[in-house]
Amino acid sequence: MKMKLSNEDISSVRVRQIERISGEDVRKCYQCGNCSGGCPVSFEMEIPPSQVVRFLQLGRVDEVMAANSMWVCVGCLQCYSRCPKGVSVAAMLEALRQTVLRKGEDFEKIKDLPYPFLKKAPQQALVCGFRKFVS
Amino acid sequence: MKIPYYPGCTLNTVAKHFDASARDAAVSMGFEMEELAQWNCCGATFPLTPDNLIGLTAPAKVLSNARKAGDTLTTLCSVCYNVLKRTNKVMKDSKEKRAVVNGFIEEEYDGSLNIIHYLEVLRDRVGFVKVKEAVKRPLKGVKAGCYYGCMLLRPFEDIGIDNAERPTVFEDLLRALGAEVVDFPNKIECCGAHLAMNNEDVVVRLSGNVMTSAVGMGAELIVTSCPLCQYNLEKSQPKVSERTAGYAGVPIAYFTQILGLALGQPVEGLGFEKNATDIMPLLQKKGIV
Amino acid sequence: MPRIGVFVCQCGNNIASTVDTKKVAGEMSKLPGVVFTCDYKFMCSSPGQEMLKQAIKENKLDGVIVSACSPHMHEKTFRKASEAAGLNPYQCEITNIREQCSWVHHDKTRATGTVKSIDLTRMTIERLKRNKPLKKIKIPVRKKALVIGGGIAGIQAALDIAEGGRDVILVEKEPSIGGNMARLSETFPTMDCSQCILTPKMVEAELNERITLYTYSEVEKVDGYIGNFTVQIRRKSKYVDEDRCTGCGECIEKCPFKVESQFELNLTKRKVIYTPFPQSVPNVPVIDAPNCPKIQKDKCGACAIACGPKCIDFKMQDKIVTEEVGAIVVATGYQLMPNERFGEYGYGRIKDVISGMQFERLASSSGPTGGEIRRPSDGKVPQSVVFIQCVGSRDEKKGVSYCSKVCCMYTAKHTMLYSHKVHGGQAYVFYMDIRSGGKRYEEFVRKAIEHDNAMYLRGRVSRVYEKDGRVVVQGADTLSGSQVEIEADMVVLATAIVSREGADTLAQRLGIGYDKDKFYNEYHPKLRPVETVTAGIFLAGTCMGPMDIPESVAQGSAAASKVLALFSADEMAREPITSVVNRATCNACWDCLTACPYSAIERESVKDRQGNIVRWLAKVNEGVCQGCGVCVAACRSKSIDLRGYTDEQVYAAINAF
Repeated sequence: MKMKLSNEDISSVRVRQIERISGEDVRKCYQCGNCSGGCPVSFEMEIPPSQVVRFLQLGRVDEVMAANSMWVCVGCLQCYSRCPKGVSVAAMLEALRQTVLRKGEDFEKIKDLPYPFLKKAPQQALVCGFRKFVS
Repeated sequence: MKIPYYPGCTLNTVAKHFDASARDAAVSMGFEMEELAQWNCCGATFPLTPDNLIGLTAPAKVLSNARKAGDTLTTLCSVCYNVLKRTNKVMKDSKEKRAVVNGFIEEEYDGSLNIIHYLEVLRDRVGFVKVKEAVKRPLKGVKAGCYYGCMLLRPFEDIGIDNAERPTVFEDLLRALGAEVVDFPNKIECCGAHLAMNNEDVVVRLSGNVMTSAVGMGAELIVTSCPLCQYNLEKSQPKVSERTAGYAGVPIAYFTQILGLALGQPVEGLGFEKNATDIMPLLQKKGIV
Repeated sequence: MPRIGVFVCQCGNNIASTVDTKKVAGEMSKLPGVVFTCDYKFMCSSPGQEMLKQAIKENKLDGVIVSACSPHMHEKTFRKASEAAGLNPYQCEITNIREQCSWVHHDKTRATGTVKSIDLTRMTIERLKRNKPLKKIKIPVRKKALVIGGGIAGIQAALDIAEGGRDVILVEKEPSIGGNMARLSETFPTMDCSQCILTPKMVEAELNERITLYTYSEVEKVDGYIGNFTVQIRRKSKYVDEDRCTGCGECIEKCPFKVESQFELNLTKRKVIYTPFPQSVPNVPVIDAPNCPKIQKDKCGACAIACGPKCIDFKMQDKIVTEEVGAIVVATGYQLMPNERFGEYGYGRIKDVISGMQFERLASSSGPTGGEIRRPSDGKVPQSVVFIQCVGSRDEKKGVSYCSKVCCMYTAKHTMLYSHKVHGGQAYVFYMDIRSGGKRYEEFVRKAIEHDNAMYLRGRVSRVYEKDGRVVVQGADTLSGSQVEIEADMVVLATAIVSREGADTLAQRLGIGYDKDKFYNEYHPKLRPVETVTAGIFLAGTCMGPMDIPESVAQGSAAASKVLALFSADEMAREPITSVVNRATCNACWDCLTACPYSAIERESVKDRQGNIVRWLAKVNEGVCQGCGVCVAACRSKSIDLRGYTDEQVYAAINAF
């Protein structure tokens, strides 16, 4: 993989927007990888949490948007809980989700969900899932 | 002693036995869970981004109503607890956000409620010593793994019910009930949560890790405090058994059911039949019923 | 009429770029009393100083003002030059037109900077006009030093001071000197055995006639000032007569009770009467009173029966000794952050998770395993060991924000020791950055990787847990972008270095500064690295922050050289900028006494002819006073003034603004 970096990347407006929505400062992260080490769903992510932050530091939002990482994050806050710098990757991933959902683009269609699931699942799973996947 | 209580949606529907067993146990312990006259869904997720104030309106409404009933609010579901407690902190600490949210819900709530979990009521108000004294059917010989999940513990600075890495409140309760406690590494790891909606594989893997790690340390029973954890563990059980050699499943129950059992309540009233896993063989084997 | 000269410095472009120095000089020449002005490129250069001297002589100046950089930089230079030209040095004053003017103004038209410089200089002129010639204060110096802390830094300082021909008292809290270094196995990067290089120095300190060792002792109280400190030292009861004990060890042999050994970091047990380690200096055992049944319940007494020279005394009490010294070296060292703070790493719960210092003991030939690497749980030789760096370091949330500096190096050393001792064993290291700045340090780390086969993984560890008798480490390797899980036999945590418990209390006792992490502050981090703001008190070693052995030793020697320089004259001169009490108006309310941060105010009694006390007065001890002026502000009756900055002078300066 080759990356051509420019000043525009580093000062990307889109990254500033992610920072604004998430309330996090991407520069605070020193890439220790604790989040990727502890994330329970890291194995499923196309880009592990610490690298999501790395791409944001480099201004490469497209790479991150194309990966499944933000949709896989369960928001268990283990990353934040153990981050030595007090950074919440969970909040950044949520901000990335929000940039999609706030445009009205759904990640899941409610009508496609299986009926037995809708009937049996705890309400909290549904409400929570809708908030994460549906605009 | 009457304590205002917020059950939340799930405890009013698919997890009714969690709710009922908690209320019954409370009565045996000498207090009453008084359900709020009016309540709504808490939103089931505390907004992870600070700019999302609309996500705070539902829980703030709950809090505002609860404040009219008293200065304390108890919850049972870990998620409700997490959402309400964190929303309450925002309403207390941030003048600006408080003003916006209050504007939306047309209330004047100031964050002055004390949000406590049922476990905290038992630990701090009743006291585990008293709980122990009230035990009529000690869970002698039962090796229990206490599964905390995420929402009861994190983030520590907002929740603070116990040490986020080495919690003991759950274990202390189970010990008071006469059970043997099994420490297992995944007790504070995620079960897969809302991925139940679209990623069963991940849920099976995560819930599987929780169960196999508990059983690996000798647990014969897993105790939960969250309907979603309970659901995910129960639902994953068959597939985990299929995928894991030497794993034959483990009964999973809400801690309030186990509490009621130890307090000597009629077994048939505890709602064990509503759990997807059967606890009865274990209880019979240990001579408890 | 005064005859004042004003010299305005351009400081190259530092001042001249935003201040029109010529104009400043020109404006000043119009003021009454000013008889000479000029501006110059570099006043501090030798032509600049010559110019000053010449102007003083030729114009018969009785006061000079140099408008230049901060007085911290060159006040001394110009006062010296003035003195050489026959002027009282305190008739030379500095106006700061660089740090407080030119550097903070960006106005390239030079309007703002020039106006401000004119104002500032004019104010100094008015202050100078009211100056009184001052004389340096001479104080006697007691040529004996106190060194607090008997670790390697303190030992080195004591040895060097003694070598310089001065008496030293070396106070150590523990029963033996040696400090943390005594625990180490080998030392990086040369791999010489710590005990082998340390014990000769410990013995040297014991045998040196100029060094008095007070082990098992703590400094309780410090009074006085540079050259004249009075120190109270508590000599904790050892229950063993030090003078008569032969160090035969019979008592230890016969003692039937065992407790956890702090020296061995609870890896093994020691007797209740003990020396911390076999090479202890002095080789005199102490009784651990809280654990001794004889002292607590009058049961046992086996040690006393075994003791040949009968030097055990169960009734022995603590003693307070008072010592008069001229200088103090503080070398109190460090301790490690409690690993229990990191619940996710399982220390204290999982037996085979140990600290780096515990690993040192395992690797040490005098340690509990005789130098064999055996894990605590079952004594087996671990076939794989994971080393976790930065536990608590660089962790602003749960630990400390700084880098502990030595962990990268000692972890590399650990992997080498491990691979030398356990053939075929695999070491893994989780690190964030490798900080190997130091002579032969980088080569050392590379050797651990390339020659001794340590597997370095770049990432932090998220959690450690037990599984089937092994320790599972779950972390990340950010270089490959993967989550990593390693099933190991043992885990070693490289824990953060933190200041000693009670470091703040001692600092307050001594009147020295400390930072947010309770490490002691040096006077200037670069140019005065072993001095403190309190004259006569010096620092050495890790009480200032994390450092390795060579640095600690260098600092010990540096502090000693400062002490010897101080002791080289019978009297020392001090700046006369001190407070002075107006005895006629002082009403002894003692507000100054409570306000003074240096304890420089004393109570003075005034007696009548019969010797009855008729009045009390505040009195400034000129040896201690630092001229900060807090007492001046605190005094309600306006009875204290600061020499060189009297109220009259300050008002005059303000009025000139």
